[in-house]
Order: sequence, then structure tokens, then C-alpha cells
Amino acid sequence: MKASVIVFPGSNCDRDIQVALEKFQIDTTMVWHQETILPKSDLVVLPGGFSYGDYLRCGSMASKSRVMNEVIKHAKDGGYVFGICNGFQILTETGLLPGALLRNSKLKFICKNVFIKTTNNKTVFTKKIPENKILSIPIAHNEGNYFASKEEIQSLKEHNQIVFQYCDEEGNISGESNPNGSFLNIAGISNQNKNVLGMMPHPERSIDQLLGGVDGQGIFQSLL
Amino acid sequence: MKFEIFVTLKKEVLDPQGKAVEGAIQNLGLANISNIRQGKYFTLEVNDSNEEKATHQAEEACKKLLANLIIEEYSIKKIS
Repeated sequence: MKASVIVFPGSNCDRDIQVALEKFQIDTTMVWHQETILPKSDLVVLPGGFSYGDYLRCGSMASKSRVMNEVIKHAKDGGYVFGICNGFQILTETGLLPGALLRNSKLKFICKNVFIKTTNNKTVFTKKIPENKILSIPIAHNEGNYFASKEEIQSLKEHNQIVFQYCDEEGNISGESNPNGSFLNIAGISNQNKNVLGMMPHPERSIDQLLGGVDGQGIFQSLL
Repeated sequence: MKFEIFVTLKKEVLDPQGKAVEGAIQNLGLANISNIRQGKYFTLEVNDSNEEKATHQAEEACKKLLANLIIEEYSIKKIS
């Protein structure tokens, strides 16, 4: 398995995801956003951070970076693309994933561990996680409030594209367990082909007991 | 040719920033003010003397970057 991590000006979880991928023996190359060629990769990761200082809309400028043309081609050819946090925002801005991520409903930057339910474990990113498994994974964002039109939400449901949903420790998906106001407590979605995944929580921060938890490991194990 | 562009959230999209501003306005005692929605304002110049073509280019900028049409709408006005 070969991975490329795209580095934008303002990315700050790029090295964290590199450490995570390499922990699972995934050969990882860092790729600057101005590159026009993507190294041969099975997986492209768009890391978390604050690309372009979150100017205009989070991820909007990064989505127009030169290398993104190659990333879009890679995705359309069936290659795996994984966007975490700002990477998820970039994926919605490119149109590879439907919907948009708005300001958190309570207008606060939220940095804490949350519980998410693995609603769909039939994707390449989640296939080794038991169905409905509850994971404790940190979030750290100001714009994670997932929004999509009624038609898009319906389509997400019909095509089983909702992969992770915020829940409580027992797995209840409710208003109380929704940290940011996301529609249907959505924490992560895939495209219809299931080769593109975007999620707001940071699994790369949850791969080692030294970091406080290992619930993020299932995603990396699934990719192998 | 110079244009001004307003980008605002669609009506059906919640605007928590606008709500927070509204709360502050009411705290000021301006009780008659409501329904505050926050948006973005741009000015830009298009180097093309043909109004139709210039407007078209400004629209392209809106559709491709300045506005996210999933959540926002835009309006364009020629100012000079």
C-alpha cells in the first residue's frame, strides 16, 4: 500500500497522519500542493489543518490547488482518497463529496474526545471495524457542522454513504451527542463508490495508547 | 469594469453568526431589529470592456470560488 499526503500551506496534521500511516507499514510520500504530478499511490490523504488560513471558506482555496486536479482524477479512477477534518472540508469543496461544512452551531471551536458510531463498515476504510462499533476519537474544529440539501441527505441514506455518526458512549445518536449541529449527527461520509471518505474526527490522533487511545487504528487496519 | 458581489447563505441554511449578532443587537436595546443574516462582500475588476462578457467572467468567479452554491447564493452589480 502506497500513500500520498498532500501538504497545503496551513496543513498541520500532515506529519501526524504520516506517522499513523507508517505505523501500519503504509509507504508514505508527502506531496506539496503545487505539484502537478501525483506519485503512484493507492491512497491520497488530505490532512487536517487550516489550509490558506481558512480564508473565504474552509478548504475552498485548497480545493483549487494544482495537485487537486490529479487528486480528483485519482478519485474518479477509483483510487482511495481520505480527507480528515480540513481534508473533509476540501473534499466537499471539490465536489468529490456532497454537502458542506458550516460553522459549529454553538459558534465554538470544539477540541475534545467524542464517540462516533461506525454506521457503515462496508467501505475500504472501515471493513475491519465491527458494524455499529462505537469509537472514541478526538475532534478539533470550528466548521464541522455538516449540511446538505434534503435531496442530498436522502441520496446519502439510499446509497449507505453515512459512515460515521456522533453518538454517546452507549451508541445513542441524539441531539445531546451531537457536538456541532451536523445533520443526522454526521461525522463522516463516503462518495457513492465508497472510495472517497471524509470525516471530521481525527483517527490519526488515536493510534497509540501514549496518545490516549487506539480507536483510530481500525481505519488504518482496514486499508491494509 | 468594476463589480460588487454579495455572497449570502441561502434562506434554508442556518446562520449561527447572524443569530449571535442579532442577540448582541438586541442587548443594545435595538429591539425592533431582527432576522440578521451575515454575508460576504467583494469588489473586483474585470479587464474587458464588453459588459456581457465581463459580467460572465465575474459570474464564473462566483460559481467556481467566491460562493459555494450548495449553501450560498450570490448577486452581482456593475458599479463602474
